[in-house]
Amino acid sequence: MNDINSINMVEEKKQYINQDVVKRKMSKRLLLNNIVKYLFLFAASFAVAVLAILLYRVSVDSIGWLNLNFLTNRLSTNPDRAGIIGAVVGTVWLMIIVGPVTMIIGIGTAIYLEEYAKRGRLHSFIQTNITNLAGVPSIVFGLLGLTIFVRVFGFGSSIIAGGLTMSLLVLPIVVVSAQEAIRSVPYFLREASYGMGATKWQTIKNVVLPSALPSILTGLILALSRAIGETAPLVVIGIPALLIPIPGSIFDNFTALPMQIYYWTIDSVLVDEYANLAAATIVVLLIILFVMNSIAIIIRNKFQNRY
Amino acid sequence: MSKTVNVKELIQKKDKLAKVKAKIEKFIPLFLFALASISILTTVGILSTLVYETYLFFNEVSFMQFFTTTELRPLSPVEPKFSILPLLVGTIMITLVAMLVAVPIGLTTAIFLSEYASHNTRKILKPIIEVLAGIPTIVYGFFAFTFVTPILREVVPGLQSTNALSPGIVMGIMIIPLVASLSEDAMNSVPNAMREGAMALGATKLEVTLRVVIPAAISGIIASFVLGISRALGETMIVTIASGSSKNFTFDITQSMQTMTAYIVEVTSGDAASGTTAYYSLYAVAFTLFIFTLLMNMLARYIARRYREAY
Amino acid sequence: MSLLIKTNPMQQQQSPFNTNESNKRVVLQTRALNLWYGENHALKNINLPMTENEVTAIIGPSGCGKSTYIKTLNRMVEVVPNVKISGEIQYRDRNIFDKNYLVEELRTRVGMVFQKPNPFPKSIFENVAYGPKIHGIRNKKILKEIVEKSLRGAAIWDEVKDRLNENAYGLSGGQQQRLCIARCLAIEPDVILMDEPTSALDPKSTLKVEELIQNLKENYSIVIVTHNMQQAARISDKTAFFLNGEVVEYDDTNIIFSTPNDKRTEDYITGRFG
Repeated sequence: MNDINSINMVEEKKQYINQDVVKRKMSKRLLLNNIVKYLFLFAASFAVAVLAILLYRVSVDSIGWLNLNFLTNRLSTNPDRAGIIGAVVGTVWLMIIVGPVTMIIGIGTAIYLEEYAKRGRLHSFIQTNITNLAGVPSIVFGLLGLTIFVRVFGFGSSIIAGGLTMSLLVLPIVVVSAQEAIRSVPYFLREASYGMGATKWQTIKNVVLPSALPSILTGLILALSRAIGETAPLVVIGIPALLIPIPGSIFDNFTALPMQIYYWTIDSVLVDEYANLAAATIVVLLIILFVMNSIAIIIRNKFQNRY
Repeated sequence: MSKTVNVKELIQKKDKLAKVKAKIEKFIPLFLFALASISILTTVGILSTLVYETYLFFNEVSFMQFFTTTELRPLSPVEPKFSILPLLVGTIMITLVAMLVAVPIGLTTAIFLSEYASHNTRKILKPIIEVLAGIPTIVYGFFAFTFVTPILREVVPGLQSTNALSPGIVMGIMIIPLVASLSEDAMNSVPNAMREGAMALGATKLEVTLRVVIPAAISGIIASFVLGISRALGETMIVTIASGSSKNFTFDITQSMQTMTAYIVEVTSGDAASGTTAYYSLYAVAFTLFIFTLLMNMLARYIARRYREAY
Repeated sequence: MSLLIKTNPMQQQQSPFNTNESNKRVVLQTRALNLWYGENHALKNINLPMTENEVTAIIGPSGCGKSTYIKTLNRMVEVVPNVKISGEIQYRDRNIFDKNYLVEELRTRVGMVFQKPNPFPKSIFENVAYGPKIHGIRNKKILKEIVEKSLRGAAIWDEVKDRLNENAYGLSGGQQQRLCIARCLAIEPDVILMDEPTSALDPKSTLKVEELIQNLKENYSIVIVTHNMQQAARISDKTAFFLNGEVVEYDDTNIIFSTPNDKRTEDYITGRFG
C-alpha cells in the first residue's frame, strides 16, 4: 500500500525547482564563492604579513647593535657597552635545571600512566590534573614558585628557584608528548620482548623507551623552547634588573634573556637606545628558538614512520 | 679451540639474580607513581597557596569591598583600597579586543586551510602559522609597545602611550594560531562524505563550508574560541608592557588599563613586603584569575565533548 | 500488485514489455572517455549510453573503474587531485566537460547517492531542505511541501513524519540511506547516480531500497553501481560489465545474465572470478 501511495505522489510531478532560475542564480553564487575565497586567502595571509613585519622590525632595530661585543659584554647602563653574556649564561643555567628535571619527572609520569596505572579513577584523575595544569596561566606558576621555592624553601630569586618553577610550568607538555610517543610504540614489539621472558620493566627499558625516544626528545625540546621564552614566572619570583655578577652555581642570583628584553623594553621610555638593545636580544632569542625547533623537526623527520 | 657456549646454563646462572630482579619490578611502579604524583602536588601547591593567602586577605578586606566597589589603591599610605573590578574590567576589555581580532582571522584562516587551500599552499602556510605560535609573548609585548602603539597613535585620536587597544590587538594576533589550528582540526575531522553529499546537490564550495562543514564542526570551533579566551585572560607580558598600570575603573580602551595579570606583576616586582595587605591581595587576584581560566578550560572541554556529532 | 513485485521482481524484468526498448531516449551518452589518476589509466575508451526512465547497472570486480566512472558522470571525480580526463559525456545534448557548463548546475540535474549513507548532522527536515535552500527556495511552506514530497518519494515519509526535527543520525542505516535518496530527490534531478547504495545495509533495508529504485525509474533515469550481481539482475534494465577500466559488454540485463556474448562476462557472472 505504502509503495502505491508514494508512486502516486511522485506522479503528480509538481515542479518546485525551476531550472532556469537555478541557472540564473548559479553565476551569482559562484561569484560570491570566488570573492569569499580571496577574502579567506587574504585573512590567512594576515598571519604571514604580521610575522614578516615583526621579523623585519626587530632585525632593523638591532642593526648596529647586534655584534660580538653585545654577545660577550656584561650588563651596563651605558647602551654602547651593554651586553647580554650574563643573560645568556643565566638562560643556559636555567635549561640545565629544566631539561633533566622535566625529562625525569615527565617521562616517569608518562610511563606510569601508559604502562602501569590501571585505567580507572586514579588514572583519569592524574590525566585530568595534567590537562588542567597545562591551562593554568604561567603567572600563577610564578606565584607558586614565589611562595614555595623562593620563600618556604628559602632559595631566594636563584637559578634553582627559577628552574624548578619553569620545570613545573612545562611539565604537562613533556608528559603529554611522552605519553603519545609511548602509545605509538606498536604492541608487537612489546609482545616480542615478553615472548622471550623479559619482565615488564626490562621490556619498557629495552624496547619501549628506545623506540619512543625520538618523539620524547622532540617534545622535550619544544618544552624547553617554551621555557626559554617564558617571562612572567621569572618576573614574579623577583629576578632582579640590577647589574649582577655572572652566576657560578644554581644557588646564585641570575637574569635570563626574556628578562633582559622586558627591562630594556619598559626602560626604552627613559633611554631610546634600550629599544635597540631589546630588539637585538630578541633576535638572539629567536635564533636560539629557531635552532632548537629545527633540531626537533630534524629528529622528528629522521625517525618518523619506522614501523 | 672454541668452547661451546651453553645458553641455558648462562640463563640459569643469571637467574640467581632473580630475587633482585623481582625487587626492581616491585620498586619501579612505586617510583614512577611518586614521579606522577608530582603533578598532583603541583596542583595541591597552587590551590593551597592561593586559598590560604586569599583567606588571609579576606581577613583584612571585606568580600564586599573586593567585588562591589570600584577603587583600587593597594599601596596608598593613607587609605589603601582593594577592589578587583578595575582589573576585571581591564582584563575583559583587552580580552574582548583580542577575540575581535583572533576569532574572525583565526576562523577564516582555518576555513582557508581546511577547505580552499591547495596541498602546496597549505604546506607553506601551516608552518608559518606555527612559527607565529612559537614566538615568546615578551616579543609580542615589545612589538605592541614599540611598533603597534606608535602607529595606532597616529590613527586613533587621544590614544595614550599605554592603552588597552594596542595590547588587545597584538594579543589577538598571538591567539590567531591557536584558534586557527584547533578550528582546522575540527573541520578536518568532518568526513569527506559529507562534503561530497552537499557537492552532489550542486552546492558551491562556500555553501558546503558554511552550511555543512562549519555546522558539523561547530563544537570544536567554539571550543577553540573558549580556549582563546582562556589564553587571553592569563596572558601577562604583552599587557604588563603595553597597557600600563592605571587602576581607574574605565571602559575606554584608548586609556591605560591594568589587567589581573599585570597587577600581579606590578605588586610582586614592587616593594610590597610579605605580610602586607597589598601582598595578600595579589593572591586574591591570582585566585580569581585561576578560577576564570580553569572554568574556561573546563567549558572548552565540555563543549568539545558534549556536542561532538556522531557521524 | 506491490506484493507481486516484492516476491518476484525477475518476472517483471523478463516480460516482453521491458525488452522492447530500442526507442528509449538516451540521457547520458559517453564517447571515447579516458581518465587518468596521475599515471594510472583508470578508464579506457568508454562508450556507453544511459537510457531514460530505466535502471542501468554497472557491474564488475573491485578496482575495475565502475565507481570512478559513475563519479565522472556528475564530475565528482574531479575532487581527486591529479585527475586527467579526455573524451566527452553528453547530457541531453550538452557536453558536461564544456567550459561553460558549471559543475554545480550539472549536479542539480544529475544527483547522486553514495555508498555509505552520508546525511548531514542536521535534522531530518534540514537534510532534505538543504538542496532546495541552496538553490534559492526560502519559502517555508514550499520547503515543507518539497520535504514531504521527497520523503514520500523515497518511501520513508511514514517512518519519519512525526520526528522531522530529530537529528538524522538517530535513524537506522537503511533509513539514513533512504533519507539521502530523499535529499537527492528534493533538487528534482533528471538522473540519479547510485554508487553501491546498499553495500552498507542489511538485507532487509537493501530490499526496501531496491523496491524504491524500481519505483523511482518511473520518473528518473537511474545509474547504479553494484558489486552484487543478483541485485543487478533484479532491478536493472540495462547492464554494463566493466573490467580493468574497459567496458567488456553492454546489453539488456536479461541478455547479459542469460546469454552474454563475451566469455569474460560469462566467467564473471557465473562467479569464476571477481
